[in-house]
Amino acid sequence: MSVTTAKRPNAYVGSPVERVEDLRFLTGRGEYVADLTREGQWHAAVVRSSLAHGRIVSLDVDQALALPGVRAVLTARDIGIVPLIPLRTGLPSYQPYAQPAIADNIVRYVGEPIALVLADTAEIAEDAADKVISEIEPLPLVLGWDQSVNGQILLIGDTTTNVAGRHLASRGDAAAAFAKAPYRRRETFRVHRHMAMPMETRGVLAEWDSATSHLTVHGAAKAPYFNRKSLAKMLNMPEASVDCMECDVGGGFGARGEVYPEDFLIAFAARKFARPIKWIEDRREHFMAMNHAREIDADLEIACTRDGKLLGLRGNAYIDCGAYIRPSCITSVRNIATFMAGAYRIPNFEVYGTAALTNKTPAGGFRGPGRYESCFFFERLMDIVADDLKLDRLEFRRRNLVTADDMPYPLAKLEPSESPDGFLDSGHYPATLDACAHEFGWADKLKLNGTVIDNLHHGIGLCCFVEGGAAGPRENVRLEIESSGDVTLYSGSSAIGQGLETVMSQIAADALEIPMERIRVLHGSTNLLHEGFGSFASRATVVGGNAVLVAAKTLLETVRNAAAERFQVSPEAVLVANGVANASDGRTLSFADLGDLKLKAEGTFANSKATYSYGTAMAHVAVDATTGFTKLLEYQVVDDVGRAINPLTLHGQVIGAAVQGLGGVFSEDLPYDENGQLLVGSFAEYVMPVATDYPNIHATTMEQYPSPNNPLGAKGAGEGGIIPVAGAVGNAVAAALAPLGVTIRHLPLTPARVWELIQAARA
Amino acid sequence: MQIAFTINGAPTAAEAQPRVTLADFLREKLKLTGTHVGCSHGVCGACTVIVDGAAIRSCLTLAVQADGCHVTTVEGLSPSGDLSPLQAAFRKHHALQCGFCTPGMLMTLHALLTDEPYADEARIREVLGGNLCRCTGYIPIVAAACEARIAYQGAKVQP
Amino acid sequence: MKLPPFDYRAPTSLQEALALLADHPGDARLLAGGQSLIPILAFRLAQPALLIDLRHVPSLNHIDINDSATTLGAMVRWCEIEKSEPLPQAQPLLYDACLHIAHFQIRNRGTVGGSLAHADPAAELPGVAVCCEARIRLSSGQEIAAAEFFTGALQTTLAPEEMILAVVFPAWPAARKWGFAEFARRPGDLAIAGIALFYDLDMAGRARDAHIAVIGATNLPMRLSSAEARLNGADLNEAALAAVAQAAADSADPPADIHASIAYRKSLVATLVRRALVQAMSR
Repeated sequence: MSVTTAKRPNAYVGSPVERVEDLRFLTGRGEYVADLTREGQWHAAVVRSSLAHGRIVSLDVDQALALPGVRAVLTARDIGIVPLIPLRTGLPSYQPYAQPAIADNIVRYVGEPIALVLADTAEIAEDAADKVISEIEPLPLVLGWDQSVNGQILLIGDTTTNVAGRHLASRGDAAAAFAKAPYRRRETFRVHRHMAMPMETRGVLAEWDSATSHLTVHGAAKAPYFNRKSLAKMLNMPEASVDCMECDVGGGFGARGEVYPEDFLIAFAARKFARPIKWIEDRREHFMAMNHAREIDADLEIACTRDGKLLGLRGNAYIDCGAYIRPSCITSVRNIATFMAGAYRIPNFEVYGTAALTNKTPAGGFRGPGRYESCFFFERLMDIVADDLKLDRLEFRRRNLVTADDMPYPLAKLEPSESPDGFLDSGHYPATLDACAHEFGWADKLKLNGTVIDNLHHGIGLCCFVEGGAAGPRENVRLEIESSGDVTLYSGSSAIGQGLETVMSQIAADALEIPMERIRVLHGSTNLLHEGFGSFASRATVVGGNAVLVAAKTLLETVRNAAAERFQVSPEAVLVANGVANASDGRTLSFADLGDLKLKAEGTFANSKATYSYGTAMAHVAVDATTGFTKLLEYQVVDDVGRAINPLTLHGQVIGAAVQGLGGVFSEDLPYDENGQLLVGSFAEYVMPVATDYPNIHATTMEQYPSPNNPLGAKGAGEGGIIPVAGAVGNAVAAALAPLGVTIRHLPLTPARVWELIQAARA
Repeated sequence: MQIAFTINGAPTAAEAQPRVTLADFLREKLKLTGTHVGCSHGVCGACTVIVDGAAIRSCLTLAVQADGCHVTTVEGLSPSGDLSPLQAAFRKHHALQCGFCTPGMLMTLHALLTDEPYADEARIREVLGGNLCRCTGYIPIVAAACEARIAYQGAKVQP
Repeated sequence: MKLPPFDYRAPTSLQEALALLADHPGDARLLAGGQSLIPILAFRLAQPALLIDLRHVPSLNHIDINDSATTLGAMVRWCEIEKSEPLPQAQPLLYDACLHIAHFQIRNRGTVGGSLAHADPAAELPGVAVCCEARIRLSSGQEIAAAEFFTGALQTTLAPEEMILAVVFPAWPAARKWGFAEFARRPGDLAIAGIALFYDLDMAGRARDAHIAVIGATNLPMRLSSAEARLNGADLNEAALAAVAQAAADSADPPADIHASIAYRKSLVATLVRRALVQAMSR
């Protein structure tokens, strides 16, 4: 899409403004954590477990220490009492399963840190890591949710189960509804393990200031303030003595910016040796160390009338959480239960989400956690029912989607939960269905559905979805007028590549009525504000953006009062407009004229009510039955985000997320063997989408129903692009292959798997 | 060992250990951190630089192999400091989000379009197949490349 | 994924390079394009004491085409093959197969000799060399048939002190029919399976002297003799296509890995043989 830059004030919000960040990124002047160096720094390398479950018998570090240039090797023994990484949930059942910062006696997944090597260069550190000799006595393995929940092998000492949490999302009376339902259908589904895979690996540079006993940790992302709290607790330090600093971040997608074992280990080493310590994760270890995601099995039963009115949904979803519960893991457990039928009105609902531990890399949030999976499960189920009852797939959905009349529509009640009961906030969900059908040309393409042209099996499919956003509790912003009259905006939100600086500048420029170029945005780092929350759950634009509005209003008030004093008039006699304070007699003061006063204002936006963007996606595929290869001919998504602050960056989020989601559908996979060994460790084996794969992705955004829950009317929109992908495309492939007797219940739809399904159906 | 080469038009000489890749050498020795390392095993393309006119993966090239060569990195793409037409097209089309793969994308396309300013969209996609991006879905990158072609066409006649 | 320590030399003559190789028996590796070797080092799957860079060794980077043969020097890069003007006519199958190799940046560095020495069973050049009965010219003065040179996945008969100088493809009759088809997860990726084939036509319009080689779906590039036998003398009709494809699938002995089962690879072999034959018939 082409874009023109808005020039006059009060026109930024809603305009496709080119990004502020791009100037440095395009000229090689971005500053990512690997770009930082400090005089006298040591480099760290992590020694990791080669076994999936075992007891550490011995760790011999002598050969490593003997290498020239090696400074130290740390193991659990050097840490003392090994702290657990704090969770973002306070629910008690999860706490015993939090990850220790380094394996203490027992290893529970391949890749778990068992030692940290410190050396003069990264090369020597890696040489030495190879020379740490570990003797690990194997213990029996737990490799799937079913084996996990039966509890014959317990993974964590002093616990009686491998189930870290179990949540029920309920509404109405499911048992009664099913008992008298005219039609019921039960199916099992599975989404496989894959991961966020940002292009930048993680990294930490920690510095210790002995004079002030202050620790500074660079490389923070996503939630620096929460992470500071966690690190301070783990290091047994006052929170004020720790700062987490955010530099440019090469992609987050929910996985980057959690506290991982290495964040603690590097900080610990910096303090212990009073040295800057730098660690940059390499891609090989990223595969086994960074959060995995999405491995969920579901067993669902649906009840409806024979003409397609939904009556009930019940069942179970089992999340393979890997060896420990990581800080954000609970989000997918919660979401998979609550949002199993996200966009639909189902009066009777009873879905359990169960978090099960296994001997695999721990799982965590990945863009659209629980929602991507639930869309695949539920929308597949909808199509299976539609096929069974000979219902029109669009009409079946239109009949059951949440409408404007239902708003606010209560979500299923989740127990246990730390959040208040939620509501879908606004919208008319059939509207995006109809708009998408129009843009996509559903009626025309339906003629191709199930046909074979040139040996390619054509199919179309769709998926309706909601995206929760704007998670609370609040966000903080400070605005300061510099002596030049320019404004510095300090935000508690974090930039993870989504264009935060641009969007915050747009909102502030409109609110202050000054050009965007006069606003500089600083964000994330914990030394900027007393408190911040960050960027996750599609919250930064909405919560952070509304905080800008609050701060701007206060700042303008402050300017008015200051100008009144200069003018020697009452504040009511001063009008502040377009960056200038005007007295009624014609005297004026610009922000620069008031620059010496260092005027500033803080703003907080608190919310307990999430926003819900929603939409519909449709896909047209052609499957080559001889190779199992699926070509995506067309993908169209229409969403309603309430209010788009920057259509250019929003469109980018949606398109990019769609392609990311297609990787999960067709190619990305993290298989383990029967010994708990992860079978992929390079980009040659982990098959991500490339430029030749998916050229035909189209996104249209509507702004018909602003959120009533915030003054901007905006809704979180960073994840909606990925959420419906597996549902829509899975249904399209299923429709293409239905004439061959194939039913799609599992991802991924790799060529090999699709071919196997076709063979099995033919047999 | 001592090596000497031309970097972004200026001669440079420095000591390089044989095992240091060109990517690490540029970043650590020359402090040219615009070249990013995304995988270190030659698949992601983030580290793409131009050596003697050819786009190469600097993680699969030793620094000592660049001895005597002309090396161009993203820092050398717009000596004036303004955005080059390719860079400006990236900004206009929102062809970057987190910016991590961007230097590799730019260097790959700069090499391609210098050689083949009339490359069609299919050729651009094929060539970009060696560069991973996790944010954009590639569509805006391809759009930016198509738009930037005209700036490379100059005196070159369409084949 | 930093590389392990090694010494580095860049000799300026073949003699010097061979002397270095001889001085470090089994402990030196030749560095051509480095596009396979450097990743191996990055994963620390090998830790040689010395890398001998061949970039200053003269006369290894020529493409020589004459009436009896086409010779590719060991240091010829993929991008040079791609840009060669006479090669598409002189060796169309070789040329077409090389267009499938890797990505833009790799093609600017990767070499003929490096690919042959690395001997990846999914690589295109070894497969075409076997298909075309190419011979590999070694520094010892020997020329060895490609089919004998490759002995397994990443394994060849190359002795530690030996170097590949060139690969020699026999001259290609202009009327020869050929096809190349492969299936990879993404363009430029190593093939899960690939087929290179050619045949000539006898006076009656039937196929003769059929050569069918498989890559990816076996642990070394090899010809599928039973499929070739099916093709020789056959009228090129639908029944023959099916029979040849089936014979190829039956005789292939593929490995299973995370990307493909044995049955899937066999099926791909049949599909690709058919596609390559359809190409051949249309030429």
